[in-house]
Amino acid sequence: MNSFFSGTRLRDMIRAIRACKTAAEERAVVRKECAAIRTSINENDHDYRHRNLAKLMFIHMLGYPTHFGQMECLKLIASAGFPEKRIGYLGLMLLLDERQEVLMLVTNSLKQDLNHSNQYIVGLALCALGNICSAEMARDLAPEVERLLQFRDPNIRKKAALCSIRIIRKVPDLAENFINPAAALLKEKHHGVLITGIQLCTDLCKVSPEALEFLRKKHTEGLVRTLKDVVNSPYTPEYDIAGIADPFLHVRLLKLLRALGQGDADSSDAMNDILAQVATKTESNKNAGNAILYECVETIMSIEDNGGLRVLAINILGRFLSNRDNNIRYVALNMLMKAITVDAQAVQRHRATILECVKDSDASIRKRALELVYLLVNETNVKPLTKELIDYLEVSDQDFKGDLTAKICSIVEKFSPEKIWYIDQMLKVLAEAGNFVKDEVWHALIVVISNASDLHGYTVRALYKAFKTSSEQESLVRVAVWCIGEYGDMLMNNVGMLGIEDSVTVTDSDIVDVVEIAIKHHASDLTTKAMALIALLKLSSRFPSCSERIKDIIVHHKGSLVLELQQRSLEFNSIIDKHQNIRSTLVERMPILDEATFTTRRAGSLPAAVSTSGGASLNLPNGAVKPSTSLLVDLLDLSDDVPAAPSSSGGDFLQDLLGVDLSPAPTQSGTNQVQKAGTDVLLDLLSIGAHPVQSSSSTTDILSPIQNEKSPIATLDALLPSSSLSAQATSAKAAPMMDLLDGFSPSPSKPEDNGSVYPPLVAFESSSLRITFNLSKQPGNPQITIVLATFTNLTPNVFTDFIFQAAVPKFLQLHLDPASSNILPASGNGSITQNLRVTNNQHGKKSIVMRTRISYKINNKDTLEEAQINNFPRDL
Amino acid sequence: MIQFVLLISRQGKVRLTKWYSPYTQKERSKVIRELSGVILTRGPKLCNFVEWRGHKVVYKRYASLYFCMGIDQEDNELEVLEIIHHYVEILDRYFGSVCELDLIFNFHKAYYALDELLIAGELQESSKKTVARLIAAQDSLVEAAKEQASSLSNIISQATK
Repeated sequence: MNSFFSGTRLRDMIRAIRACKTAAEERAVVRKECAAIRTSINENDHDYRHRNLAKLMFIHMLGYPTHFGQMECLKLIASAGFPEKRIGYLGLMLLLDERQEVLMLVTNSLKQDLNHSNQYIVGLALCALGNICSAEMARDLAPEVERLLQFRDPNIRKKAALCSIRIIRKVPDLAENFINPAAALLKEKHHGVLITGIQLCTDLCKVSPEALEFLRKKHTEGLVRTLKDVVNSPYTPEYDIAGIADPFLHVRLLKLLRALGQGDADSSDAMNDILAQVATKTESNKNAGNAILYECVETIMSIEDNGGLRVLAINILGRFLSNRDNNIRYVALNMLMKAITVDAQAVQRHRATILECVKDSDASIRKRALELVYLLVNETNVKPLTKELIDYLEVSDQDFKGDLTAKICSIVEKFSPEKIWYIDQMLKVLAEAGNFVKDEVWHALIVVISNASDLHGYTVRALYKAFKTSSEQESLVRVAVWCIGEYGDMLMNNVGMLGIEDSVTVTDSDIVDVVEIAIKHHASDLTTKAMALIALLKLSSRFPSCSERIKDIIVHHKGSLVLELQQRSLEFNSIIDKHQNIRSTLVERMPILDEATFTTRRAGSLPAAVSTSGGASLNLPNGAVKPSTSLLVDLLDLSDDVPAAPSSSGGDFLQDLLGVDLSPAPTQSGTNQVQKAGTDVLLDLLSIGAHPVQSSSSTTDILSPIQNEKSPIATLDALLPSSSLSAQATSAKAAPMMDLLDGFSPSPSKPEDNGSVYPPLVAFESSSLRITFNLSKQPGNPQITIVLATFTNLTPNVFTDFIFQAAVPKFLQLHLDPASSNILPASGNGSITQNLRVTNNQHGKKSIVMRTRISYKINNKDTLEEAQINNFPRDL
Repeated sequence: MIQFVLLISRQGKVRLTKWYSPYTQKERSKVIRELSGVILTRGPKLCNFVEWRGHKVVYKRYASLYFCMGIDQEDNELEVLEIIHHYVEILDRYFGSVCELDLIFNFHKAYYALDELLIAGELQESSKKTVARLIAAQDSLVEAAKEQASSLSNIISQATK
């Protein structure tokens, strides 16, 4: 009968597993054990249940599936004895988590055990509940836990307090029930109860403003006194760590005081003295003491201003920063990040030390320090700091270069005092770590170069030199190729020499060499090669003597397997061959890119991601209808084999084309401006002999396979409106964005082919705003509901910056199309419409609900409305 | 709050895992795999904190075992180091100079000790003595039940002889 005399024992199984030489052997042993356990489970064997579960836990730790043991946990928990329950609860916490449905079955056992006469069983139940309870269980069992906060044994009270923390984290609504019992725990003497009680109060303050207010009023003084007592307490061996009585209690008290003092002058005042005492008296030669000091500094920094204390805190951080212990330096850097908002000057004093930390051998410290340096940069120190960082870039680890490069680029863009400095720094970064530079960064650089007309010669020469030494850095190569294409002649003739430059002697064939290297380099990707082809075309006109050679290089790609390259190669070749007379006009320099538009677009990169340009479609020589784009876009846009959108197609087409997730509702601010899509040089060039077509709206497929990040899109797109019309350009009629989208959205009055029709639904109505939903279904796809939302303004004032946002539970998927406008005319004189597509994964079981949030401005005053919409028809 | 506790041997074997936030099985093994890669390769003099994929992890090595705790951004890293040490001392007192083998063969006891120290990712008790007393009391309850069971089975076997 005794389980220890038959079958393998736990100990034997562990031995057997440990004796395995290979993973395969281990798997075999585990498989055998699992099979035995399953059999035993199927036979409903009581005696071995206990041991089986222990084995399963071990197997689980090794990473094997053990779900079949879950029910065994429940059975053990339901049995009467303490040993069974103990292992059952342990298994429950290990093998299950809050998301498993099985867990709900344990609620009843938990309830019984929370009321058990044996306090250790109550303890087990509290522990399990505190570690894995779900929101439903929290609701069901909160009254039990609340009662146990007053249990006679302190060890149960402390467990109940931590369990309550879990409950209010899961269900913040329950917080108010816990305020009074939690506050009562603050008066306890038992350290365990006190610590957990304080922690519970801290958590209550986070979720409930009433709790915060109550504790602030009634308990600040008491807590200050408790802290004073523990700081001044005599030696107590039970709680002593490195000469400090209970550092854990110190830390928790300081944390709660911080919550109470934040934003409240009176309570901050009440704690000043004790904070000063902790900050000055705590021993700092052991970790425990430093933990307290660290917490104390954070509290001083967060509570209401007291000059003297802050000086004290900053000095502590200064000491930390020069400490030899890496841990202490790490937390110092961490805290200085927070201190910078309080006292930037004081942090600046430590700049040199912090900069040294960027070069530390410890990756954790480097990361912290870099983030801090980033915050420290301002107009006055940007030059020396950037120099330091760039110098370090040369010697830093490969895996740190990505972070470092991103930060340097961001600093340079943000604080650059002049263009030449900006260009210099960016070139250094590109040469050093061009492969880590994000696309948007080099796009921005091109915009800046294009605008700095006095620096074109200088830049192209610098790039030429940089290319010679760092041709493996892809983004450097791209910028160099672009600049050489545009300003190659300046490179040869030393045009626009600056005083600081050495003159270089470059021949036209040297220049062509560079582009040839770029295009032939095996590592160059499609974008680079495509850019190089354009550069070559431009050079063929700038350097007629090299024309034949360039033609050879271009022709070389006519057999390219990549359609893009092949097409470019063939078309360019024909230009060189057959259109000598107009070539030079065709390949004139790019018009200057508009910096302002670029920056605003980039700032609002998300809205820009869905913008489309209305522009003329042009008939290309090869008959394909090609949407008009500016040179850069076209150049990067490598998938333009998508035909222009027929305007009759639905909104879906637009999304497919853009391929971006359009929800949440994009703001219209940056996009509904009238865009002038300039016809670009290249397209003009390709449309020789063709005539511009009517200005039907067309979509630009600004997304290319390799560029499908949102930001680059924004960047590219941002360039669109900027290209002014070149001399012989055909003028494209401007088509405002909203018209374009209106054309795409399925008309509300027209019912879908054979989808069901629903009566219009007033989803939301307030004194100022009404939202109507027109619902429809796509035939053959009952899960998907198309919602056309119409917004009507009921006030006499115009709403601007109108944004509609919506959220749905997990079983639904929501897709928002862009709204027709972001301006809602007054008094119902017009409306905004927006299409929503809701996919119900539990169609037929659950009906649609939606929470919405509408923000807009009336007379430039922000207004926010929120609503839950649950009056959808049931069968959606 | 402490998100998870991991004990990993120098060879990368997992000796204890405790998750206070819901992680799927897949996420768990990913965290364990990648984190042990990060931590085990760090040099001895470096700081005890690593930031990795938005997690902050405090770890400390004791003999052949790494004790790791994943924490929130706003938590006090130095205090978490103390908590780790606190736990190690509790284990040491319980097993009597603890070694990795103790934790392998008596892994459930390591869990019981942890459950007396942390609940819901928060510290429960700052006195090692109290923790030791509570574990001992529960162990003796188990022993008592076992004795009762074996004496019962003796009686039954004698009666059925």
